[in-house]
Amino acid sequence: MRVRLEGVGRRFGDHVVLDGVDLDVAPGEVVALLGPSGCGKSTLLRAVAGLDGVDGGRVLLDDGAVRDHDPRCAIAFQEPRLLPWRSLTGNVALGLPRGTAKRAGEQRVAELLDVVGLSGFAGHRPRSVSGGMAQRTALARALARRPGVLVLDEPFAALDALTRLTMQDLLLDVLAATPTTVLLVTHDVDEALHLADRVVVLGREEGHDGARVVRTTAVDLAHPRDRGDAHLASLRAELLELLGVPRA
Amino acid sequence: MSEVVTDGRSAQAQGLGGSGDPSSPRGVRAGFSPRRPAQAGATGSRRRLSPWWGALLPLALLGVWQLITSTGAYPASQLPSPAAVVRAAGDLWERGLLQQHIAISAQRVFVGFGLGAAAGLVVGSLVGLSRWADALLGPTIGALRAVPSLAWVPLLLLWIGLGEPPKLTLVAIGAFFPVFTTTASALRHVDANLVEAGRAFGLRGVSLLTQVQLPAAVPAVIAGLRLALAQAWLFLVAAELLASSIGLGYLLTESVNNGRTDRIFLAIITLAVLGKLSDAVVGLFERWALKRWA
Repeated sequence: MRVRLEGVGRRFGDHVVLDGVDLDVAPGEVVALLGPSGCGKSTLLRAVAGLDGVDGGRVLLDDGAVRDHDPRCAIAFQEPRLLPWRSLTGNVALGLPRGTAKRAGEQRVAELLDVVGLSGFAGHRPRSVSGGMAQRTALARALARRPGVLVLDEPFAALDALTRLTMQDLLLDVLAATPTTVLLVTHDVDEALHLADRVVVLGREEGHDGARVVRTTAVDLAHPRDRGDAHLASLRAELLELLGVPRA
Repeated sequence: MSEVVTDGRSAQAQGLGGSGDPSSPRGVRAGFSPRRPAQAGATGSRRRLSPWWGALLPLALLGVWQLITSTGAYPASQLPSPAAVVRAAGDLWERGLLQQHIAISAQRVFVGFGLGAAAGLVVGSLVGLSRWADALLGPTIGALRAVPSLAWVPLLLLWIGLGEPPKLTLVAIGAFFPVFTTTASALRHVDANLVEAGRAFGLRGVSLLTQVQLPAAVPAVIAGLRLALAQAWLFLVAAELLASSIGLGYLLTESVNNGRTDRIFLAIITLAVLGKLSDAVVGLFERWALKRWA
């Protein structure tokens, strides 16, 4: 599903967060949004998923405007946000589209738990599994919707470094099996470069109060990517410099 | 009965997110501190001690009581011996009176508690979920809550007359407020992140209520029910102190009038034991429910 943002603006009171964001994401493309803290990355993501409105411009999914809590999108948050009284199975089932037949739904949930490597924990409660497992469950819940757009709001940020790397590869496996348009917010430049087809940097420009797109970097490197690749290293240095972390 | 509030962790739904299960299938150990439900009662090195320790103080008091009475420092009309209280209990039991007092008091507590708790759940849900109901009803209910239990008695007698209805009403009033308060506040403070996640996955209105908001409020509501039951016993005695011919509160007033100090002791001890017993039963239910819902 194609995602188009045309001059999207958003303000909270007097505080202008987004000021004319333009972005066009092709179907099946994986786009990572980078930017300094508080620059409006999450606000933009919430607008795409229809969790929050916009004050200017428009958000289009394919050719229709995004709807309130749009059923064509599925989101995974920074925290797993699982229902603690439901088993992992029950939590993934929450993501199934309304009106899914019972048997088909059960089968789909079992498949997804298998995809994220949690078949053996289907009956567990969220609090009895690790943070990484809970986050994988949240990812499975989002995939259960068969979303046109997968919206990921720093989904691995709260995980420890090793778990984060395995989660990134898991996501790539899932996307290789079922290509989906992905919009991913992250603070982690390496994560962006490892996952995305295109890295978009949000930031402030002269003459604008809110954030807009200040740089778009294509990452033309086939998967699986070598995290130590020289080309990625030069892109990393470039992006870090743009984000205010100059090369030592 | 202050022990009913010690289990404060139940009042708030606990945080989400993971805890450390070391047996991740990929062999990856995530950096979350372990917090397993099986050890919910134990935080860190503070393990729960055997409940028998709680019997130590009553036994010590009994010993001191026996000691003091055997010195004869106080007349039996002021401080009867433990044996005298046991004799009084045996006497009333043989005549079938003690059972009757206990049965009628327990019945009043449970029926009144049921009525009051049900009303508290309904009105509490309304006020917790609807800003309108909160704005319209909140202040009035808050003011009524401030009225001491005994202040209701004359009015209830005047309006509902003698017999069971005014007593049940008073107990129900006592049970209503804790349930109302905890339910309203729990529903008002359901984790906004969870509600947003529910909405993001297509839950609306009634389905959001039944699948996210109500289950999230369950632990706090049960803590409220536990408080309400304790309060029901308090209001029971207020109801029975006036205008009754049977029940533990009546036993208390009648014994005061007849100078039967042994029976005063008996009534107080019986109330304490019954209150603690019913609280323990709800406590077991609470532990089960916390495992199930939190």
